[in-house]
Amino acid sequence: MNDKQHHSISLTPSETYSLSTKEKIAVFIGVVGLFILALALFNTNFPNKTLFLSLSLGLITAGTLLFSHSLYTTKLEGIKNDGVWFKSLTSRGVSAWILGIVLTGFYLVLYFFPQYLGQGSSGEANSGLIALFDPLSFLLSGRPASQWFVYGALYTLAILIFGYKFILKYRHNRYQQLRTVSVMFFQLGFAFLIPEFMARLNESPEYNLPYYDIKSMWPLNYYLFDRWSVNGFINSGNLGLALLIFGILSIFVISPFLTYKYGKRWYCSWVCGCGGLAETAGDPFRQLSSKKLSAWKLERWLIHVVLVFSVIMTTAVIYSYLGHDSTKYWLTKSTFLIGVGGLLTLVFALTMIFKRHELGKDAKYGALGFFVIIAALFIMHYTGTSERLFFVKSSVLRSAYGLYIGSIFSGVIGTGFYPILGNRVWCRFGCPMAAVLGFQQRMFSKFRITTNGGQCISCGNCSTYCEMGIDVRAYAQKGENIVRSSCVGCGICAAVCPRGVLKLENDSMKGRINSNDILLGNDVDLMDYVNGKSY
Amino acid sequence: MEEHVVIIGNGIAGVTAARHIRKFSNKKITIISSETEYFFSRTALMYIYMGHMTFEHTQPYENWFWEKNLIALKKAFVEKVESDTKTLYFKNGETLNYDKLIIATGSKPNKFGWPGQDLEGVMGLYHKQDLDLLEKHAPNNQTCKRAVIVGGGLIGIELAEMLNSRNIPVTFLVREKSFWNGILPQGESDMINRHIKNHHIDLRLGTNLREIISDENGQVKSVIIEETGEEIPCNVVGLTAGVSPNIDFVKDSDIETNKGIKVNRFLETNIPDIYAIGDCAEQKEPVGQRPPVEAVWYTGRMMGEALAQTICGNRMAYNPGHWFNSAKFLDIEYQTYGWVHGNKGKPDYEKHFHWKHEDDTKCITVAYDENTNQFLGINTFGIRMRHETFDKWLTEKRDVHFVINHLAEANFDPEFYKTYEDEILSAYDQTLQTV
Repeated sequence: MNDKQHHSISLTPSETYSLSTKEKIAVFIGVVGLFILALALFNTNFPNKTLFLSLSLGLITAGTLLFSHSLYTTKLEGIKNDGVWFKSLTSRGVSAWILGIVLTGFYLVLYFFPQYLGQGSSGEANSGLIALFDPLSFLLSGRPASQWFVYGALYTLAILIFGYKFILKYRHNRYQQLRTVSVMFFQLGFAFLIPEFMARLNESPEYNLPYYDIKSMWPLNYYLFDRWSVNGFINSGNLGLALLIFGILSIFVISPFLTYKYGKRWYCSWVCGCGGLAETAGDPFRQLSSKKLSAWKLERWLIHVVLVFSVIMTTAVIYSYLGHDSTKYWLTKSTFLIGVGGLLTLVFALTMIFKRHELGKDAKYGALGFFVIIAALFIMHYTGTSERLFFVKSSVLRSAYGLYIGSIFSGVIGTGFYPILGNRVWCRFGCPMAAVLGFQQRMFSKFRITTNGGQCISCGNCSTYCEMGIDVRAYAQKGENIVRSSCVGCGICAAVCPRGVLKLENDSMKGRINSNDILLGNDVDLMDYVNGKSY
Repeated sequence: MEEHVVIIGNGIAGVTAARHIRKFSNKKITIISSETEYFFSRTALMYIYMGHMTFEHTQPYENWFWEKNLIALKKAFVEKVESDTKTLYFKNGETLNYDKLIIATGSKPNKFGWPGQDLEGVMGLYHKQDLDLLEKHAPNNQTCKRAVIVGGGLIGIELAEMLNSRNIPVTFLVREKSFWNGILPQGESDMINRHIKNHHIDLRLGTNLREIISDENGQVKSVIIEETGEEIPCNVVGLTAGVSPNIDFVKDSDIETNKGIKVNRFLETNIPDIYAIGDCAEQKEPVGQRPPVEAVWYTGRMMGEALAQTICGNRMAYNPGHWFNSAKFLDIEYQTYGWVHGNKGKPDYEKHFHWKHEDDTKCITVAYDENTNQFLGINTFGIRMRHETFDKWLTEKRDVHFVINHLAEANFDPEFYKTYEDEILSAYDQTLQTV
């Protein structure tokens, strides 16, 4: 009840949750694997890089798998959250802070000081950690490794091994298993292997494909429409053109359709790489998300500001490399701006006409965002040159976005702070793609989380384990369906509910949002009275 | 000046009443509790000890909620109610006047006069204070080498699960021949017996407590079994043999009591402007097959909803719909809709169809009227079912054949789960043939 009490609770049982012998061995094996990476980082030149890289990644994998087995398969199937709030790592204790600092440090070096990882500059050979990964990179793409290759390989490994752990943790739950297999597949195939194979194609002079993870859509993939990227596609024959068209269709056709059918979960917790890491390696930290109303308010502002920023930035980038002369190319600066403005106006008008009553106060904020973008388009039109936009160099906007949003927000804070702020900070507060899909989910989707009549006991497990910080209980205890733009449909709320109250469903749009304030259980007349039907 | 409604007890019944009164009126509302400052979910106490949640997580409303909704909270213990002057007397000497009084003080754990029942280390599991005591006496398996639980009900098995989560060995004494078999049909009760043992809990069926033995410091040292005289060394004894209304403070007042505070269907006591809801209320005329005292989360909530209407001028009886309840036995979820009886109070006409999955963690029992085939209720273990669907079928008085054939419509399991409706249907068809 008071702080003192609480403090003693978190200290006393520490021995209860200490590691078994098997788990200690597993940790040792994994640490040896990490130690090889650390040695490489401090410029140990391994004689046989293939051997030591395999050894390192193999030991890390073996340690994690062994640890997971010891943790979960010795117990009966069921919810495995015992001691989560007593363990230092998962309750913002000392080890959580240490891990957070290490991860944040790694991201800072990765983004801003790749030379410390051994990135060879201007034709020099790699050294250190990056050189250790050269053999794997040559095997896949025929090129030496880069900091992004190392990052991609470790990222993919993390999703695979912690995905396996997650599957064991939820071995009674098929929804969780399938979803996890799906993110493991998309990460390994689409984000990691296919782009490397695409690089192989570039060995031929007919291809100049940019790095492209085809499941990563604009605006999450904010560089898709950069000049170099678009040029790369256009200069890569039919394949390049097809990929570019697919990228445009993904955002305007495929994703709205899938979100209509299944909610944004089809992407955020089944396909996306950021979501994939959050759901696997980040799973032990999901309970750390803030459930306060104030956090929800911050979330709605921040994520939509990022979205507006990303729309303006992308428009500016494309604008800057288009021409004025429609006889040379049909898409000119002005037709492009008119097109963007027209599309946004259409979306805005349709929303206001059909969904205004559902939006309430949010309509005002939506309108504000819309007018900011339209105003930006006008300013661009009247002040923009090929060199300067908004009176600054046109590349400034793009690099600012890449630095503050792409690197610092999504990487350093989004992942580095997993052990402190929870595993979905980026997805909840920053991802512009999540904002777009969330808008679609809230406005037109068959997806909702159904609550089971009057069975809720307000225990709070659902809210505690919601990584997006949704106060699920607030809806469940009123018997109300959960239709929230931020919900990524991970299904953990339904899994941890001890009374079988929550179910993720795709059903008809009608009656999707139901606000009854009297739950099933009392007689029907009372329900009618409160809902204003019979009086 | 708006009427002052005072509510004693900040559990689900009292808080629901307060919230609904606020929704429909501007009355002055005060909630009094000596247990905690803010409302928390009592059913979630176990998860704090298990480390799934912190105490803050069990509070459904943020702390600013109460002030914003003009619901005053007072942490105090009411010692006496004086109905002539409409005055409450607190333990600390203060007093408070009310215009309308709602008593929602819940339950307290039963003690049956066992020798040693007040020793250090003996506790129930109901109040926040019980949890604090458990944390003190059973923080880990070095301090608490073994715990003995007395009483095989829902709280008993929760306490067993809690202690188990910290690897504290548990001996679980159950008076009945099989776990909770007064309520659960035998097939289900047997399955839960096995599940408890699979969790390495030392389940002793048909076993009673004779006495609790003290060490030299007044601390629990061991218990003696009635039937065998066996002495089991332990550091903690959990008394979980049911609960009874927590109403000692009104015993000397004019308010009529029996087991609980006697109320009519409008939740009114014999004294005007005094009402009782939740676990502490006892219906003068029980509703349908329900017991006169219903110590269940949901009924507390429903009484709060109904009484709020009455207080706000729309006099309304407590009129619960079809019975439902739920629980979780370690890893196995349980839901019930309508009436399915165990060996206590089962009417002659009630017949059961029972199906159990071979993995021994899922089963259902469907109760029906042997003469009319009318569907009476269902117990479901390890398979989630839809409340709304069964509520509708019970209202429509569907027959058992219809229910078994349409079970898929009631399924509430997560997507991609294996379904068992076909297996259940063919088991049902086979029983029909053998009959």
